Amino acid sequence: MDLKFETERPIYIQLADWLSDLIISGTIAEGDQIPSTTEISAEYKVNPATALKGINMLVDKDIIFKKRGLGMFVSNGAVDKLKAERQEDFQQTYVEKMCAEARKLGISKTEIIEMIERGFDK
Amino acid sequence: MSGISIIKTENIIKKYGKNIALDGVSVEIESGRIYGLLGRNGAGKSTLMNIITNRVFATSGKVTLDGEDLLENDKALNRIYAMSETVALPGGLSFKQAVNITADFYKKFDKEYAKSLAEKFRLDPKKRLSGLSTGYTTIAKIILTLASGADFLIFDEPVLGLDANHRDLFYRLLVERYAKQNCGVVISTHLIEECENLVENVIIIDKGKVLAAGKTEDILADGYSVTGSKKLVKAYCDGKEVLAEKNLGAICSAYIRGVPYNVPSGLEVSNPDLQHVFITLTGEEGEQ
Repeated sequence: MDLKFETERPIYIQLADWLSDLIISGTIAEGDQIPSTTEISAEYKVNPATALKGINMLVDKDIIFKKRGLGMFVSNGAVDKLKAERQEDFQQTYVEKMCAEARKLGISKTEIIEMIERGFDK
Repeated sequence: MSGISIIKTENIIKKYGKNIALDGVSVEIESGRIYGLLGRNGAGKSTLMNIITNRVFATSGKVTLDGEDLLENDKALNRIYAMSETVALPGGLSFKQAVNITADFYKKFDKEYAKSLAEKFRLDPKKRLSGLSTGYTTIAKIILTLASGADFLIFDEPVLGLDANHRDLFYRLLVERYAKQNCGVVISTHLIEECENLVENVIIIDKGKVLAAGKTEDILADGYSVTGSKKLVKAYCDGKEVLAEKNLGAICSAYIRGVPYNVPSGLEVSNPDLQHVFITLTGEEGEQ
């Protein structure tokens, strides 16, 4: 539940990611209502316009839908959609960063692969 | 409130004898937005707020609300509530009496809401204003401001003396009130970190002048920091507008205007937060 902002990325994107995490993990299930803009902005001390911008990012991707007068809910199929999206980003977000760090530390390709195998079996 | 209202200060100059407290301040405050008014001690923040609410008169320049001059304009002034207004209330009054008096002036004042806020903050309404601690004096002022029903709420150091729980409660209540009534909010504060994500717009004043005003994200996007070895940083900074430089042993960090490009490996780029920008813009030479 905890959300700490960093300065490197816009707040609304961090909010959208945070909501996505909650949806992927099932904390907020498909069909469930998400917290309102006011609740999110009051809890995390962000401008309501920023919170709305983050939520709208997910609305635009059909992850979340609005029910007039009732609030916002997680769409059916949202988890699969988010997972597919994250899988696409996996290479860039994790693999490339890991390889860069490995090069910096002088870790070889074979060593990385070994580490991955060990990590996976844990 | 329907439509957008706007407070404008036009070239405000305020002199106290030979001292110039405000030197040509022109700012705009729109309803439906939260502004951070940032400045160091003595920068002129309070003077500006007092001029807007007619508690202090400008030497020259004017303040308007939707085009109407605010000078001795009670009807328009009724739409603005500044936290510092409670200073005018006699200290012998109880909080409950202060609520009643304020409600006489501010027609949209919500007494029930004020009562519920006092309960939330555990402020005893029978207590005299003069007998309140620093924290509870702030709380009394916050409650009167939140409940005023005004279209513009001006908070002057709203977390002064408040403990962590009360600060959290204040920001929550502020967001709720703002979301419900779409009022214009100005927060004047030293504690930038706490409200940096809350303020959509920022006005930075220093020595009586506006140093920067605009959307928080634009002001943050105006510069970046690079950190690395002194030699690398120096070489990279050549020909760029360096706003500030800091040295820590052999490590150097420079704050540069613009967007990063062609950054050599070995230099780390980071985006400063609002507090960092503020310190850089308002810092004195030799202070950094």
